[in-house]
Amino acid sequence: MARLEIKNLHAKVNEDGGEKILNGVDLEVASGEIHALMGPNGSGKSTTAKVIAGHPAYEVTDGEVLIHLDDDEFEDIEITEDDQTWDILDLEPNERAALGVFLGFQYPAEIEGVTMVNFLRTALNAKLEEREELFEDDEETEAEAEEDDAGYETSPMEGEADEGEIGVAEFQQLLKEKMEQLEMDETFAQRYLNAGFSGGEKKQNEVLQAAILEPSIAVLDEIDSGLDIDRLQDVSTGINALRDEQNAGILQITHYQRILDYVEPDHVHIMLDGKVAMSGDSELAVKLEENGYDWVREEVYETA
Amino acid sequence: MSSEQDHLKETDTEARFGFKKEQNSAFETEKGLTEETIRLISDDKDEPDWMRDRRLRALRQFHEMPMPTDWPGQPDLTEVDIDEIVPYIRPDIDTRGGVDDWEELPEEIQDTFDKLGIPEAEKNALSGVGAQYESEIVYQNMQEQWEEKGVIFCDMDKAVQEHPDLVEEYFMTKCVPPSDNKFAALHGAVWSGGSFVYVPENVTVEMPVQAYFRMNSEGMGQFEHTLIVAEENSEVHYIEGCSAPQYSQFNLHSGCVEVFVKDGAHVQYSTVQNWSKNTYNLNTKRAIAEKDATMEWVSGSMGSKATMLYPCTILKGPGATDNHITIAFAGEGQNIDTGAKVYHNAPNTKSTIESKSISKDGGRTNYRGLVHIADGAEDSSTSVECDALMFDNESTSDTMPYMEIEESKVDVAHEATVGKIGDEDVFYLQSRGLDDDDAKQMIVAGFIEPITEELPIEYAVELNRLIELEMEGSLG
Repeated sequence: MARLEIKNLHAKVNEDGGEKILNGVDLEVASGEIHALMGPNGSGKSTTAKVIAGHPAYEVTDGEVLIHLDDDEFEDIEITEDDQTWDILDLEPNERAALGVFLGFQYPAEIEGVTMVNFLRTALNAKLEEREELFEDDEETEAEAEEDDAGYETSPMEGEADEGEIGVAEFQQLLKEKMEQLEMDETFAQRYLNAGFSGGEKKQNEVLQAAILEPSIAVLDEIDSGLDIDRLQDVSTGINALRDEQNAGILQITHYQRILDYVEPDHVHIMLDGKVAMSGDSELAVKLEENGYDWVREEVYETA
Repeated sequence: MSSEQDHLKETDTEARFGFKKEQNSAFETEKGLTEETIRLISDDKDEPDWMRDRRLRALRQFHEMPMPTDWPGQPDLTEVDIDEIVPYIRPDIDTRGGVDDWEELPEEIQDTFDKLGIPEAEKNALSGVGAQYESEIVYQNMQEQWEEKGVIFCDMDKAVQEHPDLVEEYFMTKCVPPSDNKFAALHGAVWSGGSFVYVPENVTVEMPVQAYFRMNSEGMGQFEHTLIVAEENSEVHYIEGCSAPQYSQFNLHSGCVEVFVKDGAHVQYSTVQNWSKNTYNLNTKRAIAEKDATMEWVSGSMGSKATMLYPCTILKGPGATDNHITIAFAGEGQNIDTGAKVYHNAPNTKSTIESKSISKDGGRTNYRGLVHIADGAEDSSTSVECDALMFDNESTSDTMPYMEIEESKVDVAHEATVGKIGDEDVFYLQSRGLDDDDAKQMIVAGFIEPITEELPIEYAVELNRLIELEMEGSLG
């Protein structure tokens, strides 16, 4: 079990006089739960997602983002009591990834020349290695890690796997299985990361990456935008599998009710002006679809 | 024997003695460039008169020509002092012109190549490796089947002895005459070693022919000459790797490559070069492509303090094709000025230039290109694409694509992009678990992928490693 806890999160654009965007976000997502985060444009949904993942464009001015892990959260690593809670705001983006936080991007980067299969295997191995380092805190292992870095293990063109890494053949099998699950064409593996992908393919690719990297908590930023109905179903199948098979907690950011027909949320939250203004169950999303956001605003500010 | 010759012999002996003792070399010339030095080199190599005369003529041309100084954005060459350069060093190896067995090589040379993974490359695949250490080819292994087909692959000095007719016809005559530029003239005077490749008509050499050069002594010049002659409808892929370690004094590398691609022939010349940070890398590389011939240049330029290198193809026959793929990497204090030149001198000729550069920590890369389409070269086409990737705001990259189009019925395309490594791209990869350095390395590896995919895997891996090391700043 893992739990992501966002407490009183304030953030602004990371420049002098940068605009304040988050004004005290409170939110909790646990393994096995699906949360929908909705709200009008500019209310801070995407910023919340990026701040969770550690995007350098934002500066956190107050609050905490904690991840709580059970001692058996990761295979092969037993987590001692001291290491069960982390404030991930202190960590680099890759360290957050190693602790099981995944961000599915609305507009993923296109990286020419890097094949999907190379990228994903490198990422998975990097994550496993980072995870080991995070949970082995004595100086000795740090020295060892530095020694390791003197080699070329991280080269995308590396051949054989080092100890503790997933080798090429084993990884290809894993990738093949996951792609079949998502009904992705097998040529995908040899294509360059997101380069020339259609909008739908990019979204599918984000879900594929989550399936491979097995996050504890996946934040999916408008994963449903720009998808036709068939692709929406494929992507939704993938998201449900993340929860059902990998017991991930999902924070699904969306504008529309549409995807929630396929990925049924346990909780729905509405953001307004940089905070979570209202929370409820799946009925809340249906009500939004019918009535828009104005009534939320009225209700929230009248009672305030 | 005249007294002058006596004197020369004495100098010769002294040099041999002095050198053996201190640096374990068989023979080296004095610093600086005089007719005397040139005669010494020629004599040491037992060269025929015509070659010695060519050297001496080139030397005169060298002294007459000014240093290039006034190109826009040109690297600073004021430090290049020819008088401080030792133009010729022969390592102390018994077999002049190379040994056939790797194990016969002195241990230090084996070690050097070992560290660079060259025996691996040789074992793992390929065919012939000629490795040049300092100025001489020291190791050669040529597959018998090629010899049977009449293919010649040997070091250039040996070629002068054993294939004088071919060398006399092609060596710095029709392709790169010494009068071409100051450093071509210098090369013509002091050249030493290099490779000679001759492929007879209708012969395809399936496996790449490889040579590896390394400059190992302080303050020396390296002037290897590569001459490739591909007769009609033949095909060959020649690969060259070069490197030099770091010394305090500057080094000069001034090689020359001449390629003759006859009717319907196909030559690919690939090179991965990594020079030490004090090397001035000033080369002339040129190909002449006849009717329906194809010339391809693939090059990765790493290291050096300054590089000036513009591989050139003259599309002489109708239907000839030329492709250039180049990559340059400049770190702190480095100026890599490279590009391509193509002359379309016949109808229906085609060229493509794809140039990629990476600069970091104040490094400077220039793309300097020239595409000339002559009057009458109708239905020709050219496409130039240059992409520059920068790590920071201190680094610079300039694009200077000259186009001289004298014919109206042609198709010309040019595209240039300059960009910084994107924060969004780095963040995306980091969010997937890669740390900052690995993310940047992956982006760069992807950026240069068009080059690496053209190279045999060992060279591709080597190129990626070199770039990783450059990015970590751990290459001396």
